[in-house]
Amino acid sequence: MEQDTLREWEYKCIQEEPPECTATCPIHVDARMFVKEMARGDREAAFRVLAKTMPFPGILARICDHPCEQKCKRGEVDEPIAISYLERSCVEQTTGRVRVPLLPRREQKIAVLGSGLAGLTATWDLLKKGFGVTLFEQSGRLGGSLRELPDALLPQEIIDGELAILEALNGGIRLGETMDGQRFEEICREFDAVFIDRETITGCDLPLRQNDRGDIAINAASGATDREGVFAGGGTRDCGAWSPINETLQGRKGSLSIERFIQKANMEAGRGNDGPYQTRLYTNLNGISLTPRVQPADRAAGFSDDEAQAEAGRCIRCECLECVKTCLFLERYQAYPKKYARQVFNNERVIYGAAHTKNQFVNSCSNCGLCETVCPTNFHMGDLCLQARRTMNEQKLMPAAFHEFALQDMSHSNGEHFTLARHEPGKNESAWLYFPSCQLCATSPGEVLLSYGYLRERLTGGVGIMLGCCGAPAYWSGRDDLFRESMATIRCEWQKRGSPRVITACSTCQNLFTEHIPGMETVSLWTIIEEEGTPDITGGTAGTTVAIADPCSSRHEPKTQTSVRQIVRSLGMSIEALPLSGDKPECCGYGGLMFNANPKLGQDVIARRLEADNAHEYLAYCAMCRDHLAAGGARVCHLIELLFPAVAGGDPAARGWISWSERRTNRARVKQGILRELGEQGAEIVKSCEGIMLEMTQEIRRRIDERRILDDDIRMVIDHAEQTGKRLLNTQNGQYRASCQTENVTFWVDYTGEGDRFTIYNAYSHRMKIVGVK
Amino acid sequence: MSVTNEASGWRCAACGGKLEITKVGFTYMKGNFEVDLPACRSCGQALVSEELATGKMADAERILEDK
Ligand code: SF4
Ligand code: SF4
Ligand code: SF4
Ligand SMILES: [Zn+2]
Repeated sequence: MEQDTLREWEYKCIQEEPPECTATCPIHVDARMFVKEMARGDREAAFRVLAKTMPFPGILARICDHPCEQKCKRGEVDEPIAISYLERSCVEQTTGRVRVPLLPRREQKIAVLGSGLAGLTATWDLLKKGFGVTLFEQSGRLGGSLRELPDALLPQEIIDGELAILEALNGGIRLGETMDGQRFEEICREFDAVFIDRETITGCDLPLRQNDRGDIAINAASGATDREGVFAGGGTRDCGAWSPINETLQGRKGSLSIERFIQKANMEAGRGNDGPYQTRLYTNLNGISLTPRVQPADRAAGFSDDEAQAEAGRCIRCECLECVKTCLFLERYQAYPKKYARQVFNNERVIYGAAHTKNQFVNSCSNCGLCETVCPTNFHMGDLCLQARRTMNEQKLMPAAFHEFALQDMSHSNGEHFTLARHEPGKNESAWLYFPSCQLCATSPGEVLLSYGYLRERLTGGVGIMLGCCGAPAYWSGRDDLFRESMATIRCEWQKRGSPRVITACSTCQNLFTEHIPGMETVSLWTIIEEEGTPDITGGTAGTTVAIADPCSSRHEPKTQTSVRQIVRSLGMSIEALPLSGDKPECCGYGGLMFNANPKLGQDVIARRLEADNAHEYLAYCAMCRDHLAAGGARVCHLIELLFPAVAGGDPAARGWISWSERRTNRARVKQGILRELGEQGAEIVKSCEGIMLEMTQEIRRRIDERRILDDDIRMVIDHAEQTGKRLLNTQNGQYRASCQTENVTFWVDYTGEGDRFTIYNAYSHRMKIVGVK
Repeated sequence: MSVTNEASGWRCAACGGKLEITKVGFTYMKGNFEVDLPACRSCGQALVSEELATGKMADAERILEDK
C-alpha cells in the first residue's frame, strides 16, 4: 500500500471526526469527553477537559452562549444535552485550577490592547504559546463587558480570581493606559506583534483602516488589519449580539495569526476549521429511547450532583462504528477501519521477523462487503484486506497455514476426481451450460444430479455441464496466479461449447464469472426455476415457515434473492424476515476463507448469528451457508434439497454436519453419475491406500474433521506406518500411534487393526516440522 | 502428565525399545526450537502428544504466523 492510498482509506472512515457539539463549538471544546466525565461523576476530570480548550474556564463555563446545543444529536431524538448547565455545574464545584504559564520560551514580545474576552483570550493563548505578553487596558480594571454581567451569572470575585492567573504575566498588565495614535506607534515599535480587542479599545483614533461602521477593519479569517503585525478582533458590532464564545474565538484566531506571523507561516491556509464547521461524523440514532432533559429541582442553584450525572448520562457519545456493530471480525480486533488501515499499512512495511502482528487479522475478514453496505461512506474493509493478502503473497510472506487447506480443497475440485465439461448426453451442442459449483456437489450430490435432469427436461438447445471450482478460494487468499488459471480453464471450456448461457447454483461463482469472464452471460438456477416452474415432485412442506439465510455473495443480486423467495412461496411456505438479509446478509464464515485462517472466529460468527435467534428453521441457497449453519447446530436445509429431494420423505433440515472427506467423495459421485449417463467409463483413480477402511465413532469423526484432517490423511499415516513398521505402541491400551509428515503438516493417528481394516481413536496434527531426534 | 510418565507407557513398535526423554528439534516459519520429548533413540521416532500438538505447539504456530 502506498502512503497516498493509506490516506485515502483513512479519510474514508469518519469515526474520528468530531461530534456535532465539538464541531459547532467555536473553540471546539471536547464536549463529548467533558460530558462523559460528568456522567462518571468526575468533576475534576471534566474540568481538565474544559481547561484544555477554554481560556478562563471559570468565566466562560458560566456565561457561554452554547451554540453546541443547537446541533447536539440528542436534540434530534428529544432534547439536546444541557451542555451549558453541566459546564456551570462543573466549574461551580470543582477545585480544579488552571496551571500558571511558565516563563516565556520565546524571545518575541507581544502587546495586547484591550481586556475584553477577546483580548483576555489572546493574552492567555499567547502566554501558553510561550510569548512574553503585555496587556494594555485603558480603564482601571480588566474584563471589559464581563464586568457588566449580573452577579448571579458571573460574580465579580470569580472574574478577579480567574484573572489573577495573569498576574504571573511576564511583561505585565498596564491599567489606565491611554491609547492614542502616538502611544500606538510606540507600542508597534517596541513589540513584535499586536492584538487589539475592539471591545475595549474604542473612542481612540488609531491609524488603522476602518470599516463603514467605524470598527477597525480586519480580514475575517485571520483578524489581520491593514498594518503588518497588527491583528484585531472582538467587539460586538461585527458579530451581531454580544456572544461570549465568539469574543473568545476572535481572541483565539488573533493569537493563532500572531503565531503564524512570527513563524512567517501562511496566514490563511488550513483555517477552515477555526470556528464552527460541519463535521462528517455519522451517528445512528435508531433505537435511542426518549429521555427528556433533566430539570434541576432548584433552578437558581443549578444541577445537583445526581442531576448533573443523570443529564450527562443522556449523551449518546456520538460516534459511527456502524461496521463494527455488525461485523464480528471488526469488533474482535478492538478498533475500527481507520485504525485498521494504518495497521495494515504498517504490517506491510515491516520486514519478516520484526513485529508483524496483523497477518492473521488481514486474513480473517470474510470479504463479504457488509461493512461497505452499512458504512455511511462505503468503506469496504474486504477490499483493503484482499489487497493486503495479494501483497503478502507477492512478498512471499503469506504463511501457508492460513489458506492451505482451502486451496487443497480447491485443487481437489479442479482435479481428476471432479472436473468435467460435456455437452448434454446425446447432444452435440449447448445453448446452456450448468455449473452447479464444487461446494453444492460436495454437500448435495444426488440433488445436483436431479436438478441437472430437470434443466434438460425444461430447457431446449442442449444443457451442457461443467464441474469444477470457480476459483473463489484462490481469489480470497490473494493468489491471483491460481485464480487467473482457474478462470482461464473455465473460459476455455465454456468457449469450446460455443459460449452458452451459464446457469449457476452458487452466487459466488456467478459473481466471479460476471466480473472476470467478459461476455459470459450467467443466470441463477433459482431464476430458471422461478421462470420454468418448480419440479413436479418437491420436498417442500406447505404451511411451514422458513427464515431465508441470504448468502453474503447475493448482496448485490436482488434478482436471485427475489427468485428464491418466489420459489419458496410457490411451495406454499411462508417466509420469516431476518434482520440481516437483502443487501445486508452476513457471511457464514466460509467467505474470504475466514474458516481456514481463523477457525475460532468462523465458529463464533455462526454462534453469534444463531444466538440472536435460534428458533428459526433456516433455508439456505448457498452450500457453505447450509453447512456452516448446520455445523453450528441450526436446523437448516438447502433450497435444492426442497426442490429435488434425493431421498423421498426425508427431513433435510435434520441432516446436520458433513465432513470434509464426505464432501470429496460426494463430488466424485456427481462426476460418476454424469459419466454413467453419458455411457462413459469413469477412469478408476485409486491411490495405493484408498482401499484402507476406517472405522470410528461419529464423535471422533467430528473432532478430527474440525481439525481439518481428512480420511485420506489418516490412510496415508496408517499406510506409511504399516509399510515401514514405524509406529509407537501404547502399552496400556494396545493402540498404535503413528505419524506422517507432508510438506507442511505432520499428522498423528491412534489406531488398531491390520490388513485393510482399521479402527481410529484419535487424530491430530501440527505444522511444526520435526527435524531431528538427538 | 509429566514427560517422564508419558514415556513409560510407550514402546517403539519398530525395535521394541523403550522411549527415553530426548531433545527433539523442530522448525517452523524460519524459527528453530528444541523440546524434551519421549523418543526412540535408535529409530529416531519421537512422540508428540495431542495435548502438546493442540496446545503449546498450536499457540507457538499462531504467534510465528503473525510475525
Ligand atoms: S449527544 Fe453528546 S456527543 Fe452527541 S452531540 Fe450531543 S453532547 Fe455531543
Ligand atoms: S467480514 Fe465482511 S463486514 Fe467484516 S470487514 Fe470483512 S468484508 Fe467487511
Ligand atoms: S462504518 Fe466503519 S468504516 Fe465506515 S465510517 Fe463508520 S467506523 Fe468508519
Ligand atoms: Zn525403535
